[in-house]
Amino acid sequence: MRQQVLVLYLATSALDSDVVGWSRYDGTGRTRPTTGDSDEPPYPTGLAALQDGWRLFQASQLLPPQPGHEYDVSFLKHEFFFEKVEDGSRP
Amino acid sequence: MSTSKQLLTSVQVARFVAQGFLRLDGVVPQEINERAIEALTEGLPDVAYGTPLGGAFAPDTFVHELLDLPVVAGAVESLVGPEPTVDHHAVHVREPHEGQAQPLHGDAIIDVRPDAFDIQLMYYPHEVTAEMGGTLSVPGSHLRRINETDVGRVQNLRGQTRLTCPAGTVVLVHHGIWHGGRRNDTAHRRFMYKIRLNPTVPQVRLWDVSDLHDPAVTAELNTYFPWYEWATGRLEIYNRVLLWRALTGDDSFDVEYWATRVSNRPTLRSHA
Repeated sequence: MRQQVLVLYLATSALDSDVVGWSRYDGTGRTRPTTGDSDEPPYPTGLAALQDGWRLFQASQLLPPQPGHEYDVSFLKHEFFFEKVEDGSRP
Repeated sequence: MSTSKQLLTSVQVARFVAQGFLRLDGVVPQEINERAIEALTEGLPDVAYGTPLGGAFAPDTFVHELLDLPVVAGAVESLVGPEPTVDHHAVHVREPHEGQAQPLHGDAIIDVRPDAFDIQLMYYPHEVTAEMGGTLSVPGSHLRRINETDVGRVQNLRGQTRLTCPAGTVVLVHHGIWHGGRRNDTAHRRFMYKIRLNPTVPQVRLWDVSDLHDPAVTAELNTYFPWYEWATGRLEIYNRVLLWRALTGDDSFDVEYWATRVSNRPTLRSHA
């Protein structure tokens, strides 16, 4: 069993909103995704990833801003982790 | 070498405040580029932290000549003022077929100064093609409060810049910009020279302010980037307004009504 992981960063907390960022990690070893390797996201929305067979296994929580830091900007807030699990051994 | 400086306009500085970088394509003469490649191949001597820039590099070095170019000197002075100090400098090399990119990161440590910033000058002495792993940078990321590679999980963002440029290109970046060296898929080494400069004066109206009230200034500061979440994008504008107020000394400046609205707290005396 090998896991492929897709991380999508979305424009809002809604899973069907637009993808604004993305990362790939490939446990099968067939591909080597890395930083800055593509300018177009693999899916237009999070929902489109579900429709292509990716399984959602984590979504970022909705956390209120800490008092005094309401206007701070930091990490992208709407982070969704998906997986595909494949049978078979590493090539 | 001429010492006359070409100061930036208000519109250019506003673009820097919005994007976090200023790009000067092909501004360095080929003669300096060739000497730079030789020097970068051999390595550079260290410069002690805090050394005044004016005395840090001998006149016959490529670094001195690079920073003395009117277009470069003017941009540097417009952003960090006269007589900045050298934080550090370094040669960055992306080796041929090295297989891995740097993770996305901000340099040094988290740095949230509201009214001051350092700049980093990135200089590319040779042409950078798409396959050579030109620096990845994320426009409008410089005000995000993250510490170094903590953001390394993020590989790609809509609207990111994968630098390709002609020889002799200089990019000046705000200290907080998210960036990383991309994977070099060619058989050639890719060089970049980077020097970080610290201001020694308040960074207030250091540029040519004759166009300060040009509507294009506000338009630059109101730029949304494709990777912004809808809600957080508004906070980006708000934070730019605060930085622009600090850089201009104008506490009434706003874009639309973002900062004014949330600071409006009438008191009984206001009706007196």
